[in-house]
Amino acid sequence: MISKDQVAHVASLARLSFSDAELNQFTKQLDQIIDMENQLSEVTTEGVKPTTHITDEINVFREDVVVDDGISRDELLQNVPETKDGLIKVPSIIDKGEVDA
Amino acid sequence: MNFETTIGLEVHVELKTNTKMFSPSPVTYGAASNTSTNVIDFGFPGVLPTVNREAYRLGVMVALALHANVTKSTHFDRKNYFYPDNPKAYQITQSEEPLARDGWIEIDVNGRKKKIGIEELHVEEDAGKNTHGDDGYSYVDLNRQGTPLIEIVSKPDITSPDEAYAYLEQLRRTIQFTGASDVKMEEGSMRVDTNISIRPIGSETLGVKAELKNLNSFNHVRLGLAFEEKRQAEVLMAGDQVRPETRRFDESSGETILMRVKEGSDDYRYFPEPDLPAFEIEDDWIEEIQAAIPEMPDKRRERYIDQLGIPEYDAGVLTLTKEMSDFFEETIAHDADPKLASNWLMGEVSAYLNANKLDLLDTKLTPDHLAIMIKLIQDGTISSKIAKKVFQETIKNGTDPKAWVEKKGLIQESDPAVLEPIITAILDDNEQSIIDFKNGKDRAVGFLVGQIMKQTHGQANPKVVNQILMSELNKR
Repeated sequence: MISKDQVAHVASLARLSFSDAELNQFTKQLDQIIDMENQLSEVTTEGVKPTTHITDEINVFREDVVVDDGISRDELLQNVPETKDGLIKVPSIIDKGEVDA
Repeated sequence: MNFETTIGLEVHVELKTNTKMFSPSPVTYGAASNTSTNVIDFGFPGVLPTVNREAYRLGVMVALALHANVTKSTHFDRKNYFYPDNPKAYQITQSEEPLARDGWIEIDVNGRKKKIGIEELHVEEDAGKNTHGDDGYSYVDLNRQGTPLIEIVSKPDITSPDEAYAYLEQLRRTIQFTGASDVKMEEGSMRVDTNISIRPIGSETLGVKAELKNLNSFNHVRLGLAFEEKRQAEVLMAGDQVRPETRRFDESSGETILMRVKEGSDDYRYFPEPDLPAFEIEDDWIEEIQAAIPEMPDKRRERYIDQLGIPEYDAGVLTLTKEMSDFFEETIAHDADPKLASNWLMGEVSAYLNANKLDLLDTKLTPDHLAIMIKLIQDGTISSKIAKKVFQETIKNGTDPKAWVEKKGLIQESDPAVLEPIITAILDDNEQSIIDFKNGKDRAVGFLVGQIMKQTHGQANPKVVNQILMSELNKR
């Protein structure tokens, strides 16, 4: 069972804000999804290594050479709602508790 | 009550590559905003990351230089967090199987040597850069997004702010000598976060730790930690509890200031990065990288002492930076006497750099020119007094010392046939000095030498002058 508090917590991590009605709805829906996924644990997996990747490919590296894909800054910034002098304009983000890595 | 301190350091170092960790866009410093970016850095839907081989290689090199064990089977993980400088809403890093584990470096605090353990090193991508405007908005530049970083996490072996400082110095020096990074705090290619806790001496469990941010220099790290040590002791002595909090160092007051109290642990919901296949790092590659590591500062220092006869202190100073050490080696490769080269670098050259606030490579001095100048002194072509003039000209304007000395007529006069008549004439004119000398007044010699130097515009070889003068004086 996933609790409403857990759903609210995950929502806040994703910077999403929901009404109480929405929280109830998502809790119910997520609960069903988790229920379904729990069926997977009925399979015996003893001695099986966790699968982190679905291909057997290993050691795929890229050489350290600059590739210009020909896409300009203006094009890259097309989906940005607001820019200023080539910078991405966002609401003030003076530290509220989530500092970079 | 007496306390003991436990300090942890997390150091991020930018690796010196042409391209990003997971995208082929260029790594630049100071380029126009958002120009060193591409669709991968912007996190557009459907793009796929690829791992930069050179970044991984440099990471392994740093790990080996820090005596760590490189992890053979590894993969990348996603660290999920929302922040405008992180357009994918996750950072690709290594969490479960870091690049290497269990390293160490040796520090020296006031002659006391100590090994500091390194818990782990991992490679990851840097985030973009936020600037906070005074208009209620923040501005994001993604040029830095994706720059390859290595994060180095210390073991809880550091027990004082001075040890933390020494650890950072030694770490920076070691990485600088590998050439894997510029490790410049002022340019952000080295960044330090630290945490500190104290506990009553003998207590089994560690105290509650506070994290420190906004540390712009090693000295701020030391000052911030020292303040925090005292603050936490005062809290405990007053019967209160230290809270798990993040504080920042305030440069002007020298104090640490509360940023926020941490509630619960960070929730990054790590999981294996599905967009990148796993890695099996091969022994051959590790050996190849090991063989490519340049000689480390401590080894160089030993060699300078043992093979070149450089005094211990001097050898230490010469190997403080790779810049200085490389310059010294190139100078002696141009046949300069090692001791003289060392004396010049530690003396005149360092004084010039300090006075003008320059780095060695910012000047026009070359190892070749320094070597030429040293040879001119050694073979008696110029006096060491004249050499100081030549040096100023060479370091300022990049002038070839030999050509300049010839052009300016600064060549030292060492020929006795030229000096003898000058000296005898001066003696003839200074009867009183000869009498003074005979009466045991040593000052008379100094006066006579001064007269000779004046007459020869400082170009007479002092050694030859002395010889002739003494023999002439004794004759009279």
